[in-house]
Amino acid sequence: MRFMIIVKATKESETGATPSPEMIACMGKYNEELTKAGVMLDAAGLRASKYGARVKFGPGKKPTVVDGPFTEAKELVAGFWIWECKSREEAIEWAKRCPNPHPDASESEIEIRPIFDLSEVPGLLEQAQAIIDASKK
Amino acid sequence: MSDAARTIEAIYRIEAPKLIARLARMTRDVGQAEELAQDALVTALERWPADGMPDNPGAWLMQSAKHRAIDALRRRQRFDRIGEALAEAPPERVDVADAVAERLDDPIGDDLLRLVFTACHPVLSPEARVALTLRLLGGLTVDEIAKAFLVPSPTIAQRIVRAKAALAEAHVPFEVPRGDELAERVASVLAVLYLIFNEGYAASGGDAWTRPALCDEALRLGRIVAELAPNEPEVHGLVALMEIQASRLAARVAPDGSPILLLDQNRARWDWLLVRRGLAALDRAEALGPRGPYTLQAAIAACHARARDAAQTDWARIAALYGELSAIAGSPIVELNRAVAVGMAEGPAAGLAIADELVDALPGYHLLPSVRGDLLAKLGRVTEARAEFERAAAMAGNARERELLLERARKLR
Repeated sequence: MRFMIIVKATKESETGATPSPEMIACMGKYNEELTKAGVMLDAAGLRASKYGARVKFGPGKKPTVVDGPFTEAKELVAGFWIWECKSREEAIEWAKRCPNPHPDASESEIEIRPIFDLSEVPGLLEQAQAIIDASKK
Repeated sequence: MSDAARTIEAIYRIEAPKLIARLARMTRDVGQAEELAQDALVTALERWPADGMPDNPGAWLMQSAKHRAIDALRRRQRFDRIGEALAEAPPERVDVADAVAERLDDPIGDDLLRLVFTACHPVLSPEARVALTLRLLGGLTVDEIAKAFLVPSPTIAQRIVRAKAALAEAHVPFEVPRGDELAERVASVLAVLYLIFNEGYAASGGDAWTRPALCDEALRLGRIVAELAPNEPEVHGLVALMEIQASRLAARVAPDGSPILLLDQNRARWDWLLVRRGLAALDRAEALGPRGPYTLQAAIAACHARARDAAQTDWARIAALYGELSAIAGSPIVELNRAVAVGMAEGPAAGLAIADELVDALPGYHLLPSVRGDLLAKLGRVTEARAEFERAAAMAGNARERELLLERARKLR
């Protein structure tokens, strides 16, 4: 089972300051552990939301673009991993072993989300393919 | 199962290989090591829900299991002393705890690597190696292994018990082989991993064409071994090969369950995360030394992975890589693959010349007439091509494949 492990942003991470060498060292060690256990598939840290943009959609409207930064730091993503684990419990257990990603913040949070596999829904991909094929004719 | 029990199980799965590896080095007995680790799990299941989770559950399990191991060693020593007294030899006085502590200075990675080599030891049959590897290193239960291989649980349980007994009986040392032996033993480990992978990739029995759980497990074990033995180029080569092959799992089966050949697959459905990982592992392998058989197969798979669509495939490079593979691990099957690649790169006549040489080497192998039929058809030799497809259909064991070949023959009329 594949999981996305989402590290939420904080006010501090949203300032765009580079993480400390100590933090990078701690995370490096943790990442090494994940790699040695065959759990880690991918990882990335994101720049602060002021460098980002949002594209908004609405019914019957053209998409509109909103530039960052965005408020509600807790709802923003600061970084993520993709893990291969045998169960949700295993993913949670690994997440508990993570060093506190924002040691200076009053609270920081990691969210664990199983990755959706479209092939789990019988017939869905076949129906989608039929639509693609029909549009090509 | 309660939430607490599931959590403890998850922790045990993470810790089990490390526990077993360290205990095996203390007791020099893989079977006993696994029992001791299991005992520690049972104690945890009794105590943690009542006393609360320890801060560092992994360390708790290790400590608990080590105490048991020391007790077991003391008992064994006492037993040995009785034996020695009976033989009227002066017993050698060793403090067990000291001796054990001294042995445990090495990092855990070394013990895990010893466990990998022991589980894949050549004194065991390939089936036993597979079962023991999945049990000790994969942390799979006997039921899970049995389900994956579509055999009854008692068969697997017995296979594991016998494997442990065989290791003890042969006094297989718990160590990483050195010198000349190393290459051969690494090859055995890689063969076991690829066997597990292929059992999942081309399921030899059961309803499903693939059993992805086994592919996932083989890949995970491969990634672990690659970190344990980072200087072995072929370990990375095998991981690269498995990552790239696994990236195509979802794309290689049609809705009706029939296989979709590589060149006909929808590349948007390939798993691009695995492709990228495969290409990175291939780079690691190639940076370490000359390409071995797994690395070459991975390099060939990578040629397909790099092509945005089938028409952009670098067939000349694939043909050259098959040539390299032929030189170090040649077989008629490799040559047949080379014939296909050369046929694509240099034209059907060049491919056919290679395929024609294989007629004596591959009697009864349906893919030879199938490949020859394809090349002959491209050359416009329709009558010969049709005869080859019909011959291939008569040899094919799989009904769906036979139908496909007969259809090709019919189309040539």
